[in-house]
Amino acid sequence: MIRVSGVKKAFGEKAVLHGIDAEFNSGQVNFIIGRSGSGKSVLTKCIVGLLEVDAGLIQYGDTDFSELDLKGREKVRRQIGMLFQGGALFDSMTVLENVMFPLRMFSDMTEEERLERAMECLRRVELEGAEDRFPAEVSGGMQKRVALARAIVGKPQYLFCDEPNSGLDPQTAIVIDNLIKDLTHEYGTTTVVISHDMNSVIEIGDSIHFLHEGEVAWHGDRMDILDSGVKSLDGFVYASDLMKDIRKQLRKK
Amino acid sequence: MGILFHIGRFFSFLAAALRRPQKGRVFAQATLVELEAIGVQSVGIVALLSVFMGAVIAIQTAHQVGGWVPAYTIGFTVRQTMILEFAPTIIPVILSGKVGSNIASQIGTMQVTEQIDALEVMGVRSISFLVLPKLLAALLIFPFLVVIAMVLGMGAGAFICDFAELSSFADYEYGLQVDFSPFDVTYALIKTCVFALIITSVSAYHGYYTSGGAREVGRSSTKAVVYSVVIVMVANLVITQLLLT
Repeated sequence: MIRVSGVKKAFGEKAVLHGIDAEFNSGQVNFIIGRSGSGKSVLTKCIVGLLEVDAGLIQYGDTDFSELDLKGREKVRRQIGMLFQGGALFDSMTVLENVMFPLRMFSDMTEEERLERAMECLRRVELEGAEDRFPAEVSGGMQKRVALARAIVGKPQYLFCDEPNSGLDPQTAIVIDNLIKDLTHEYGTTTVVISHDMNSVIEIGDSIHFLHEGEVAWHGDRMDILDSGVKSLDGFVYASDLMKDIRKQLRKK
Repeated sequence: MGILFHIGRFFSFLAAALRRPQKGRVFAQATLVELEAIGVQSVGIVALLSVFMGAVIAIQTAHQVGGWVPAYTIGFTVRQTMILEFAPTIIPVILSGKVGSNIASQIGTMQVTEQIDALEVMGVRSISFLVLPKLLAALLIFPFLVVIAMVLGMGAGAFICDFAELSSFADYEYGLQVDFSPFDVTYALIKTCVFALIITSVSAYHGYYTSGGAREVGRSSTKAVVYSVVIVMVANLVITQLLLT
């Protein structure tokens, strides 16, 4: 479990996070949703330590991450897998080398064991056969799947996915969503997904935090989100005509 | 931002770069890759420039020979120019354009495409992981490149003297040997090592602190070359003053 308490972050005079409190449970797909500029990415970067918080606590299990020194943070980070919005694959390495990289750096496995584990992850994301290609030689959807394979290769306790579906066609987006859901439930990871995609939220979201102007404006599950009664959330959820039609149909029922 | 800010940040960057590698085997492999990229891929340009410079210096000096200026002056001048200045200073300056811009754009691209964030989130010390192999590779390979430049420059001088009948080989050979001080080579290699450190660390620094997109990567690359050359020139003056006077 990850617990965030009273987290504040500002850039110069501009306050981005105004005291965020949230809990992300293990074995669940936890969504952070919100409009662009609401502070989702900043919150995530604070949670993984890419940005320092100005105030507040970040706890991984019983460990107070924000109080740890560099070595302590490195130890926690080895339990984290992260899927970046653009994939962030190492372009000088092949697909297989990318997936094996965390194992090469931090595991005591033999080369054969590392290869076996990396191939297992590539099979999992349906990329067997692409292992010798470079990131620039595969499609955007495949890059996301490689990045997901790299994120899970070390069997992380915590999985972060930043806009996993951005730039993907609907079918590939569903494949990625299902992979995230299955891996979370299978390994019992604490998964945090930052997304704009309401489809994903409704499909796989176990717990949802809605950020509005640097604050958690709503928290609940996917059953409640369509009828939250929070004006800013309704504006976000029912932004498209399709969602407005769904609301009308729900109300008729 | 002020110059003091950059100086402070540069030295803390350098301290982070010099931290012990997290995985020795990965570090050794990365260093071998950098030796190839920085060294082997630079041999061609170094050889080409040295041959032409050695030949040109020989012709220019021959133009002055006559009257009270003896013929062996050609070999002497080629040797002194190649060992004291061309090989240890001009070759690193040229390499700062090739190697320095390459380092800055490579690390800068990794920064703007979140590859460095990915390393950090995995628990990898990104500065040390990316920069230390380059520093070590440059320290190991720059002296070799400089020695190659010295030898080829003097060889080209000999060839042009014979080919264009500027002087006899015996005179040229005597000029290469006369009044030779082995310390000149030591001085040249010390300079080379310092310049190797400056070029790789300054370029890596500019690449690492790139923010934005492709335009900023280009800017970082340009800054890396400009600052490297300026610092190399200042260091050249300081080292020469300290070691040769």
